[in-house]
Amino acid sequence: MLEGLIATAAFLAPWEISPSAMLLSGGALVVYWRGLRRVPSDARPSLKRRIAFITGVLLVYFVMQTRFDYLSQHMFFVHRLQHLVLHHLGPFLIALSEPLATLASGLPPRIGSGIVRRIWRLPVTRISYRIVQNAFVAPLLFVGLIWFWLTSRVHFNAMLSAPLYWVMNWSMLIDGLLFWVLILDPRTRRQGALLGFGPRIFLVLAAMVPQILIGAYITLAEQDLYDVYAVCGRAWDVEPLQDQRTGGVITWIPAAMMHAIAAVILVGRWARTDKNRPDRVSVSSSTCAGGA
Amino acid sequence: MRRFAKWTAAAMIAVGLLSGCTSEPPWRTHDIAGLVPELSFALTDDRGRSVSAKDYRGRVTLLFFGFTHCPDVCPTTLARLAETLRSIEAGRDDVRVLVVTVDPARDSTAVMHQYVQAFGSQFVGLRGDAAALDALTRRYRVTYTLGKPDAQGNYEVTHSTAVFVFGRDGLARLMFTPKDTTAAIAEDLRRLILASNHPKG
Repeated sequence: MLEGLIATAAFLAPWEISPSAMLLSGGALVVYWRGLRRVPSDARPSLKRRIAFITGVLLVYFVMQTRFDYLSQHMFFVHRLQHLVLHHLGPFLIALSEPLATLASGLPPRIGSGIVRRIWRLPVTRISYRIVQNAFVAPLLFVGLIWFWLTSRVHFNAMLSAPLYWVMNWSMLIDGLLFWVLILDPRTRRQGALLGFGPRIFLVLAAMVPQILIGAYITLAEQDLYDVYAVCGRAWDVEPLQDQRTGGVITWIPAAMMHAIAAVILVGRWARTDKNRPDRVSVSSSTCAGGA
Repeated sequence: MRRFAKWTAAAMIAVGLLSGCTSEPPWRTHDIAGLVPELSFALTDDRGRSVSAKDYRGRVTLLFFGFTHCPDVCPTTLARLAETLRSIEAGRDDVRVLVVTVDPARDSTAVMHQYVQAFGSQFVGLRGDAAALDALTRRYRVTYTLGKPDAQGNYEVTHSTAVFVFGRDGLARLMFTPKDTTAAIAEDLRRLILASNHPKG
Protein backbone atom coordinates (compact mmCIF):
# COMPACT_ATOMS: atom_id res chain seq x y z
CA MET A 1 0.00 0.00 0.00
CA LEU A 2 2.65 2.45 1.13
CA GLU A 3 4.96 1.30 -1.65
CA GLY A 4 2.21 1.92 -4.17
CA LEU A 5 1.67 5.42 -2.83
CA ILE A 6 5.38 6.20 -2.99
CA ALA A 7 5.60 4.85 -6.54
CA THR A 8 2.60 6.96 -7.59
CA ALA A 9 4.05 10.06 -5.95
CA ALA A 10 7.38 9.42 -7.67
CA PHE A 11 5.61 9.06 -11.01
CA LEU A 12 3.67 12.28 -10.53
CA ALA A 13 6.78 14.28 -9.61
CA PRO A 14 8.15 16.32 -12.51
CA TRP A 15 11.06 14.74 -14.39
CA GLU A 16 12.46 18.08 -15.49
CA ILE A 17 10.87 20.99 -13.69
CA SER A 18 9.50 23.56 -16.14
CA PRO A 19 8.38 26.71 -14.32
CA SER A 20 6.56 27.87 -17.45
CA ALA A 21 4.47 24.69 -17.67
CA MET A 22 3.70 24.74 -13.95
CA LEU A 23 2.82 28.44 -13.88
CA LEU A 24 0.68 28.28 -16.98
CA SER A 25 -1.38 25.23 -16.07
CA GLY A 26 -1.61 26.17 -12.40
CA GLY A 27 -2.41 29.77 -13.30
CA ALA A 28 -5.05 28.71 -15.84
CA LEU A 29 -6.86 26.59 -13.25
CA VAL A 30 -6.76 29.29 -10.56
CA VAL A 31 -7.92 32.03 -12.93
CA TYR A 32 -10.68 29.77 -14.29
CA TRP A 33 -11.87 28.96 -10.78
CA ARG A 34 -11.92 32.66 -9.87
CA GLY A 35 -13.81 33.37 -13.07
CA LEU A 36 -16.43 30.74 -12.25
CA ARG A 37 -17.03 32.36 -8.89
CA ARG A 38 -17.39 35.86 -10.32
CA VAL A 39 -19.70 35.15 -13.22
CA PRO A 40 -23.42 35.11 -12.29
CA SER A 41 -24.69 31.53 -12.12
CA ASP A 42 -26.87 31.77 -15.25
CA ALA A 43 -23.86 32.85 -17.32
CA ARG A 44 -21.52 30.12 -16.05
CA PRO A 45 -20.30 27.49 -18.49
CA SER A 46 -22.08 24.15 -18.27
CA LEU A 47 -20.63 21.30 -16.23
CA LYS A 48 -19.58 19.56 -19.46
CA ARG A 49 -17.58 22.60 -20.54
CA ARG A 50 -15.99 22.96 -17.13
CA ILE A 51 -14.94 19.29 -17.15
CA ALA A 52 -13.54 19.68 -20.66
CA PHE A 53 -11.39 22.66 -19.65
CA ILE A 54 -10.04 21.12 -16.46
CA THR A 55 -9.35 17.77 -18.15
CA GLY A 56 -7.55 19.49 -21.01
CA VAL A 57 -5.30 21.51 -18.71
CA LEU A 58 -4.58 18.54 -16.44
CA LEU A 59 -3.72 16.32 -19.41
CA VAL A 60 -1.25 18.89 -20.74
CA TYR A 61 0.29 19.21 -17.28
CA PHE A 62 0.48 15.43 -16.90
CA VAL A 63 2.38 14.82 -20.13
CA MET A 64 4.78 17.72 -19.49
CA GLN A 65 5.42 17.61 -15.77
CA THR A 66 5.39 14.01 -14.58
CA ARG A 67 7.50 10.90 -15.16
CA PHE A 68 5.46 10.55 -18.37
CA ASP A 69 7.85 13.15 -19.76
CA TYR A 70 10.82 10.88 -19.01
CA LEU A 71 9.12 8.03 -20.86
CA SER A 72 8.40 10.38 -23.79
CA GLN A 73 12.10 11.16 -24.04
CA HIS A 74 13.08 7.51 -24.19
CA MET A 75 10.31 5.75 -26.08
CA PHE A 76 9.07 6.83 -29.49
CA PHE A 77 5.46 5.75 -29.09
CA VAL A 78 5.15 7.48 -25.68
CA HIS A 79 6.57 10.60 -27.33
CA ARG A 80 3.81 10.32 -29.96
CA LEU A 81 1.21 10.02 -27.18
CA GLN A 82 2.70 13.13 -25.57
CA HIS A 83 2.35 15.07 -28.81
CA LEU A 84 -1.15 13.70 -29.33
CA VAL A 85 -2.08 15.34 -26.02
CA LEU A 86 -0.09 18.55 -26.60
CA HIS A 87 -1.20 19.15 -30.18
CA HIS A 88 -4.61 17.48 -30.32
CA LEU A 89 -6.43 16.21 -27.24
CA GLY A 90 -5.44 18.87 -24.67
CA PRO A 91 -6.00 21.97 -26.85
CA PHE A 92 -9.08 20.31 -28.40
CA LEU A 93 -10.75 19.95 -24.98
CA ILE A 94 -9.66 23.43 -23.93
CA ALA A 95 -11.01 25.00 -27.14
CA LEU A 96 -14.23 22.98 -26.86
CA SER A 97 -14.82 24.41 -23.38
CA GLU A 98 -14.74 28.00 -24.72
CA PRO A 99 -12.95 29.24 -21.61
CA LEU A 100 -12.02 32.77 -22.71
CA ALA A 101 -14.93 34.62 -21.10
CA THR A 102 -14.50 32.76 -17.80
CA LEU A 103 -10.74 33.26 -17.84
CA ALA A 104 -11.13 36.96 -18.63
CA SER A 105 -13.43 37.53 -15.67
CA GLY A 106 -11.13 35.48 -13.45
CA LEU A 107 -8.12 37.70 -14.09
CA PRO A 108 -7.51 40.53 -11.63
CA PRO A 109 -8.84 43.69 -13.37
CA ARG A 110 -5.43 45.32 -13.46
CA ILE A 111 -4.05 42.42 -15.49
CA GLY A 112 -7.23 41.48 -17.33
CA SER A 113 -8.60 44.78 -18.60
CA GLY A 114 -5.23 46.46 -18.12
CA ILE A 115 -2.33 44.51 -19.54
CA VAL A 116 -3.97 41.65 -21.45
CA ARG A 117 -6.59 43.76 -23.21
CA ARG A 118 -4.03 46.39 -24.08
CA ILE A 119 -1.67 43.82 -25.58
CA TRP A 120 -4.53 42.23 -27.48
CA ARG A 121 -5.53 45.58 -28.94
CA LEU A 122 -2.04 46.33 -30.26
CA PRO A 123 -2.04 46.25 -34.05
CA VAL A 124 1.01 43.95 -33.98
CA THR A 125 -0.85 41.36 -31.92
CA ARG A 126 -3.99 41.55 -34.00
CA ILE A 127 -2.17 41.37 -37.31
CA SER A 128 0.07 38.47 -36.29
CA TYR A 129 -2.96 36.64 -34.91
CA ARG A 130 -4.78 37.17 -38.20
CA ILE A 131 -1.77 35.84 -40.09
CA VAL A 132 -1.28 32.63 -38.11
CA GLN A 133 -5.04 32.03 -38.09
CA ASN A 134 -5.34 32.56 -41.83
CA ALA A 135 -7.23 29.78 -43.63
CA PHE A 136 -4.08 28.73 -45.49
CA VAL A 137 -1.44 29.43 -42.85
CA ALA A 138 -3.17 27.68 -39.94
CA PRO A 139 -3.41 24.16 -41.42
CA LEU A 140 0.02 24.54 -43.02
CA LEU A 141 1.50 25.42 -39.65
CA PHE A 142 -0.41 22.60 -37.97
CA VAL A 143 0.73 19.89 -40.36
CA GLY A 144 4.12 21.49 -41.01
CA LEU A 145 5.08 21.35 -37.34
CA ILE A 146 4.22 17.64 -37.10
CA TRP A 147 6.30 16.98 -40.19
CA PHE A 148 9.19 19.20 -39.09
CA TRP A 149 9.70 17.64 -35.66
CA LEU A 150 9.39 14.16 -37.17
CA THR A 151 12.20 14.73 -39.67
CA SER A 152 14.86 12.19 -38.63
CA ARG A 153 17.68 14.67 -38.10
CA VAL A 154 15.56 17.31 -36.36
CA HIS A 155 13.99 14.65 -34.16
CA PHE A 156 17.44 13.36 -33.21
CA ASN A 157 18.63 16.79 -32.15
CA ALA A 158 15.41 17.67 -30.32
CA MET A 159 15.69 14.52 -28.23
CA LEU A 160 19.33 15.26 -27.43
CA SER A 161 19.11 18.93 -26.57
CA ALA A 162 17.10 20.09 -23.56
CA PRO A 163 16.35 23.58 -25.00
CA LEU A 164 15.30 22.19 -28.39
CA TYR A 165 13.07 19.63 -26.69
CA TRP A 166 11.43 22.46 -24.79
CA VAL A 167 10.88 24.46 -28.00
CA MET A 168 9.43 21.38 -29.70
CA ASN A 169 6.85 20.70 -27.01
CA TRP A 170 5.83 24.31 -26.55
CA SER A 171 5.52 24.90 -30.28
CA MET A 172 3.18 21.90 -30.48
CA LEU A 173 1.07 23.08 -27.54
CA ILE A 174 0.78 26.70 -28.71
CA ASP A 175 0.02 25.71 -32.28
CA GLY A 176 -2.52 23.13 -31.05
CA LEU A 177 -4.33 25.82 -29.05
CA LEU A 178 -4.35 28.24 -31.98
CA PHE A 179 -5.61 25.64 -34.41
CA TRP A 180 -8.40 24.17 -32.31
CA VAL A 181 -9.57 27.60 -31.09
CA LEU A 182 -9.88 28.60 -34.74
CA ILE A 183 -11.67 25.38 -35.71
CA LEU A 184 -13.97 24.95 -32.72
CA ASP A 185 -15.08 28.57 -32.44
CA PRO A 186 -18.78 28.28 -31.51
CA ARG A 187 -19.64 31.51 -33.31
CA THR A 188 -20.68 31.89 -36.90
CA ARG A 189 -18.76 34.13 -39.23
CA ARG A 190 -21.38 36.86 -38.68
CA GLN A 191 -20.96 36.59 -34.94
CA GLY A 192 -17.24 37.20 -35.23
CA ALA A 193 -15.55 33.86 -35.98
CA LEU A 194 -12.56 34.21 -38.28
CA LEU A 195 -13.85 31.51 -40.62
CA GLY A 196 -17.32 30.21 -41.45
CA PHE A 197 -18.38 26.68 -40.59
CA GLY A 198 -18.04 25.44 -44.18
CA PRO A 199 -14.41 26.50 -44.66
CA ARG A 200 -13.58 25.20 -41.22
CA ILE A 201 -15.03 21.75 -41.98
CA PHE A 202 -13.03 21.65 -45.19
CA LEU A 203 -9.88 22.82 -43.43
CA VAL A 204 -10.04 20.34 -40.56
CA LEU A 205 -10.60 17.45 -42.95
CA ALA A 206 -7.86 18.64 -45.29
CA ALA A 207 -5.38 18.82 -42.40
CA MET A 208 -6.20 15.20 -41.62
CA VAL A 209 -4.83 13.83 -44.90
CA PRO A 210 -1.12 14.69 -44.51
CA GLN A 211 -1.22 13.34 -40.95
CA ILE A 212 -2.57 10.04 -42.23
CA LEU A 213 0.27 9.97 -44.77
CA ILE A 214 2.94 10.76 -42.16
CA GLY A 215 1.47 8.21 -39.75
CA ALA A 216 1.27 5.54 -42.44
CA TYR A 217 4.81 6.25 -43.60
CA ILE A 218 6.17 5.73 -40.08
CA THR A 219 3.99 2.68 -39.42
CA LEU A 220 4.97 0.94 -42.63
CA ALA A 221 8.67 1.91 -42.62
CA GLU A 222 10.96 -1.11 -42.60
CA GLN A 223 13.99 0.68 -41.18
CA ASP A 224 14.54 2.50 -37.89
CA LEU A 225 13.77 6.14 -38.76
CA TYR A 226 14.45 7.50 -35.27
CA ASP A 227 17.66 5.90 -34.04
CA VAL A 228 18.01 8.45 -31.24
CA TYR A 229 16.03 6.10 -28.98
CA ALA A 230 18.43 3.23 -29.64
CA VAL A 231 21.41 5.55 -29.27
CA CYS A 232 20.30 7.14 -25.99
CA GLY A 233 18.58 4.08 -24.57
CA ARG A 234 14.92 3.07 -24.39
CA ALA A 235 12.89 3.33 -21.19
CA TRP A 236 12.33 -0.41 -21.38
CA ASP A 237 13.30 -3.21 -23.69
CA VAL A 238 11.19 -3.03 -26.86
CA GLU A 239 12.16 -3.88 -30.41
CA PRO A 240 12.89 -0.57 -32.20
CA LEU A 241 10.53 -1.37 -35.09
CA GLN A 242 7.76 -2.40 -32.71
CA ASP A 243 8.12 0.92 -30.91
CA GLN A 244 8.18 2.80 -34.21
CA ARG A 245 5.08 1.04 -35.56
CA THR A 246 3.10 1.75 -32.40
CA GLY A 247 4.16 5.41 -32.61
CA GLY A 248 3.18 5.50 -36.28
CA VAL A 249 -0.30 4.16 -35.55
CA ILE A 250 -0.75 6.79 -32.81
CA THR A 251 0.26 9.53 -35.28
CA TRP A 252 -2.11 8.06 -37.84
CA ILE A 253 -5.38 6.92 -36.29
CA PRO A 254 -6.27 8.80 -33.07
CA ALA A 255 -5.05 12.08 -34.56
CA ALA A 256 -7.15 11.58 -37.68
CA MET A 257 -10.13 10.61 -35.55
CA MET A 258 -9.95 13.88 -33.66
CA HIS A 259 -10.24 15.72 -36.97
CA ALA A 260 -13.27 13.63 -37.92
CA ILE A 261 -14.86 14.33 -34.52
CA ALA A 262 -14.22 18.06 -34.99
CA ALA A 263 -15.90 17.90 -38.41
CA VAL A 264 -18.96 16.19 -36.90
CA ILE A 265 -19.17 18.82 -34.16
CA LEU A 266 -18.92 21.60 -36.75
CA VAL A 267 -21.62 20.08 -38.96
CA GLY A 268 -23.90 19.88 -35.91
CA ARG A 269 -23.27 23.50 -34.98
CA TRP A 270 -23.76 24.64 -38.52
CA ALA A 271 -27.10 22.85 -38.74
CA ARG A 272 -28.19 24.34 -35.43
CA THR A 273 -27.29 27.94 -36.34
CA ASP A 274 -29.16 27.42 -39.58
CA LYS A 275 -32.27 26.18 -37.82
CA ASN A 276 -32.17 29.07 -35.40
CA ARG A 277 -32.55 31.51 -38.22
CA PRO A 278 -36.19 31.35 -39.33
CA ASP A 279 -35.64 34.16 -41.82
CA ARG A 280 -33.48 31.83 -43.89
CA VAL A 281 -34.78 29.14 -46.14
CA SER A 282 -32.92 25.85 -45.73
CA VAL A 283 -31.80 25.90 -49.38
CA SER A 284 -29.73 29.01 -48.75
CA SER A 285 -27.40 27.18 -46.36
CA SER A 286 -24.88 26.47 -49.10
CA THR A 287 -24.82 30.05 -50.31
CA CYS A 288 -24.38 31.06 -46.72
CA ALA A 289 -21.31 28.86 -46.49
CA GLY A 290 -19.95 30.18 -49.75
CA GLY A 291 -20.27 33.71 -48.55
CA ALA A 292 -18.64 32.91 -45.24
CA MET B 1 20.60 38.29 -63.28
CA ARG B 2 22.89 40.32 -61.10
CA ARG B 3 20.12 40.74 -58.61
CA PHE B 4 19.65 36.97 -58.61
CA ALA B 5 23.34 36.48 -57.87
CA LYS B 6 23.15 38.99 -55.05
CA TRP B 7 20.21 37.18 -53.47
CA THR B 8 21.90 33.82 -53.89
CA ALA B 9 25.00 35.13 -52.14
CA ALA B 10 22.88 36.57 -49.32
CA ALA B 11 21.03 33.28 -48.94
CA MET B 12 24.27 31.35 -48.82
CA ILE B 13 25.66 33.62 -46.13
CA ALA B 14 22.46 33.21 -44.14
CA VAL B 15 22.65 29.44 -44.44
CA GLY B 16 26.31 29.58 -43.42
CA LEU B 17 25.47 31.60 -40.34
CA LEU B 18 22.65 29.28 -39.40
CA SER B 19 24.70 26.16 -39.81
CA GLY B 20 27.54 27.30 -37.63
CA CYS B 21 29.13 30.00 -39.66
CA THR B 22 32.33 28.61 -41.13
CA SER B 23 33.17 27.06 -44.44
CA GLU B 24 34.60 23.98 -42.72
CA PRO B 25 33.47 20.71 -44.22
CA PRO B 26 30.84 18.84 -42.23
CA TRP B 27 31.90 16.15 -39.79
CA ARG B 28 31.41 12.57 -40.91
CA THR B 29 29.89 11.56 -37.59
CA HIS B 30 27.10 13.35 -35.72
CA ASP B 31 27.84 17.00 -34.92
CA ILE B 32 26.36 17.75 -31.48
CA ALA B 33 28.09 21.08 -30.77
CA GLY B 34 25.72 23.27 -28.78
CA LEU B 35 23.14 20.54 -28.32
CA VAL B 36 24.60 18.94 -25.22
CA PRO B 37 26.12 20.63 -22.14
CA GLU B 38 29.86 20.62 -21.46
CA LEU B 39 31.48 17.66 -19.73
CA SER B 40 30.88 17.68 -15.99
CA PHE B 41 30.83 14.87 -13.42
CA ALA B 42 32.25 13.73 -10.08
CA LEU B 43 33.02 9.98 -10.04
CA THR B 44 35.68 7.49 -8.96
CA ASP B 45 38.14 6.14 -11.53
CA ASP B 46 39.34 2.55 -11.85
CA ARG B 47 42.30 3.24 -9.56
CA GLY B 48 40.00 4.42 -6.80
CA ARG B 49 40.72 8.14 -7.21
CA SER B 50 38.00 10.78 -7.09
CA VAL B 51 37.96 12.50 -10.47
CA SER B 52 35.99 15.22 -12.15
CA ALA B 53 35.73 16.60 -15.67
CA LYS B 54 38.47 19.13 -14.86
CA ASP B 55 41.01 16.30 -14.66
CA TYR B 56 40.45 15.64 -18.38
CA ARG B 57 40.57 19.22 -19.63
CA GLY B 58 43.16 19.59 -22.34
CA ARG B 59 42.36 16.17 -23.78
CA VAL B 60 39.85 15.02 -26.33
CA THR B 61 37.48 13.07 -24.10
CA LEU B 62 35.07 10.34 -25.12
CA LEU B 63 32.21 9.37 -22.81
CA PHE B 64 30.46 6.00 -22.97
CA PHE B 65 27.91 4.36 -20.68
CA GLY B 66 28.28 0.59 -20.34
CA PHE B 67 28.89 -2.30 -17.96
CA THR B 68 31.41 -5.13 -17.86
CA HIS B 69 28.85 -7.97 -18.12
CA CYS B 70 27.64 -6.44 -21.38
CA PRO B 71 27.56 -9.18 -24.01
CA ASP B 72 27.66 -7.21 -27.24
CA VAL B 73 27.33 -3.43 -27.52
CA CYS B 74 30.02 -2.43 -25.02
CA PRO B 75 32.84 -4.76 -26.11
CA THR B 76 32.09 -4.01 -29.77
CA THR B 77 32.02 -0.26 -29.27
CA LEU B 78 35.10 -0.16 -27.07
CA ALA B 79 37.05 -2.54 -29.34
CA ARG B 80 36.20 -0.35 -32.31
CA LEU B 81 37.40 2.74 -30.46
CA ALA B 82 40.60 0.93 -29.44
CA GLU B 83 41.21 -0.09 -33.04
CA THR B 84 40.55 3.46 -34.25
CA LEU B 85 42.95 4.90 -31.70
CA ARG B 86 45.66 2.47 -32.80
CA SER B 87 45.23 3.74 -36.36
CA ILE B 88 45.79 7.34 -35.26
CA GLU B 89 49.45 8.06 -34.77
CA ALA B 90 49.73 11.70 -33.82
CA GLY B 91 48.09 12.76 -30.61
CA ARG B 92 46.31 9.57 -29.66
CA ASP B 93 47.70 9.86 -26.14
CA ASP B 94 45.78 13.12 -25.88
CA VAL B 95 42.58 11.08 -26.03
CA ARG B 96 40.76 9.61 -23.02
CA VAL B 97 37.87 7.19 -23.28
CA LEU B 98 35.76 7.37 -20.14
CA VAL B 99 33.68 4.23 -19.59
CA VAL B 100 31.01 4.94 -16.99
CA THR B 101 29.41 1.80 -15.57
CA VAL B 102 25.63 1.77 -15.27
CA ASP B 103 25.93 -1.35 -13.14
CA PRO B 104 28.10 -0.25 -10.18
CA ALA B 105 26.72 -3.09 -8.04
CA ARG B 106 28.63 -5.68 -10.07
CA ASP B 107 31.36 -3.43 -11.47
CA SER B 108 33.72 -2.76 -8.57
CA THR B 109 36.75 -0.53 -9.04
CA ALA B 110 38.96 -3.61 -9.49
CA VAL B 111 36.60 -5.18 -12.06
CA MET B 112 36.46 -1.90 -13.98
CA HIS B 113 40.24 -1.59 -13.89
CA GLN B 114 40.77 -5.04 -15.35
CA TYR B 115 38.09 -4.47 -17.97
CA VAL B 116 39.27 -1.13 -19.35
CA GLN B 117 42.96 -2.11 -19.29
CA ALA B 118 42.20 -4.73 -21.92
CA PHE B 119 41.31 -1.98 -24.39
CA GLY B 120 44.35 0.23 -23.91
CA SER B 121 46.00 2.87 -21.81
CA GLN B 122 43.64 5.63 -22.98
CA PHE B 123 40.65 3.88 -21.43
CA VAL B 124 39.45 4.90 -17.98
CA GLY B 125 36.73 3.14 -15.98
CA LEU B 126 34.46 5.37 -13.91
CA ARG B 127 31.87 4.49 -11.31
CA GLY B 128 29.73 6.36 -8.84
CA ASP B 129 26.70 5.91 -6.63
CA ALA B 130 23.18 5.93 -8.05
CA ALA B 131 22.78 9.67 -7.50
CA ALA B 132 26.01 10.58 -9.31
CA LEU B 133 25.23 8.18 -12.15
CA ASP B 134 21.65 9.45 -12.54
CA ALA B 135 22.85 13.05 -12.56
CA LEU B 136 25.22 12.22 -15.40
CA THR B 137 22.77 10.19 -17.51
CA ARG B 138 20.14 12.88 -17.06
CA ARG B 139 22.62 15.58 -18.09
CA TYR B 140 23.23 13.81 -21.40
CA ARG B 141 19.60 12.69 -21.79
CA VAL B 142 20.49 9.02 -21.96
CA THR B 143 18.94 6.27 -19.90
CA TYR B 144 19.65 2.77 -18.64
CA THR B 145 17.55 0.11 -16.97
CA LEU B 146 18.48 -2.75 -14.67
CA GLY B 147 16.20 -5.79 -14.97
CA LYS B 148 14.97 -8.09 -12.20
CA PRO B 149 17.63 -10.66 -11.15
CA ASP B 150 16.91 -14.29 -12.11
CA ALA B 151 17.58 -17.38 -9.91
CA GLN B 152 21.34 -17.10 -10.53
CA GLY B 153 21.32 -13.41 -9.72
CA ASN B 154 21.89 -12.39 -13.34
CA TYR B 155 19.94 -9.51 -14.78
CA GLU B 156 19.45 -7.70 -18.04
CA VAL B 157 20.80 -4.19 -18.44
CA THR B 158 19.78 -1.82 -21.22
CA HIS B 159 21.79 1.32 -21.86
CA SER B 160 22.76 3.96 -24.37
CA THR B 161 24.99 3.03 -27.31
CA ALA B 162 26.23 6.56 -27.91
CA VAL B 163 29.78 7.80 -27.52
CA PHE B 164 29.80 11.50 -26.63
CA VAL B 165 32.93 13.29 -27.78
CA PHE B 166 34.21 16.43 -26.05
CA GLY B 167 36.94 18.77 -27.25
CA ARG B 168 39.96 19.71 -25.18
CA ASP B 169 37.93 22.61 -23.76
CA GLY B 170 35.32 20.19 -22.41
CA LEU B 171 32.64 21.33 -24.87
CA ALA B 172 30.53 18.70 -26.62
CA ARG B 173 31.56 18.21 -30.24
CA LEU B 174 30.52 14.89 -31.73
CA MET B 175 28.57 11.74 -31.19
CA PHE B 176 29.60 8.32 -32.45
CA THR B 177 26.85 5.77 -32.91
CA PRO B 178 27.07 2.10 -33.95
CA LYS B 179 26.15 3.24 -37.48
CA ASP B 180 29.38 5.21 -37.90
CA THR B 181 32.21 3.43 -39.69
CA THR B 182 35.66 3.09 -38.14
CA ALA B 183 37.03 5.20 -40.99
CA ALA B 184 34.61 8.05 -40.26
CA ILE B 185 35.37 7.91 -36.54
CA ALA B 186 39.13 7.91 -37.18
CA GLU B 187 38.92 10.85 -39.56
CA ASP B 188 36.81 12.96 -37.22
CA LEU B 189 38.89 12.07 -34.20
CA ARG B 190 42.09 13.01 -36.00
CA ARG B 191 40.55 16.30 -37.03
CA LEU B 192 39.36 17.04 -33.52
CA ILE B 193 42.78 16.28 -32.02
CA LEU B 194 44.40 18.70 -34.46
CA ALA B 195 41.63 21.32 -34.39
CA SER B 196 41.74 22.03 -30.69
CA ASN B 197 45.47 21.84 -30.27
CA HIS B 198 46.85 22.64 -26.92
CA PRO B 199 44.89 25.02 -24.74
CA LYS B 200 46.16 26.67 -21.62
CA GLY B 201 46.98 24.34 -18.80
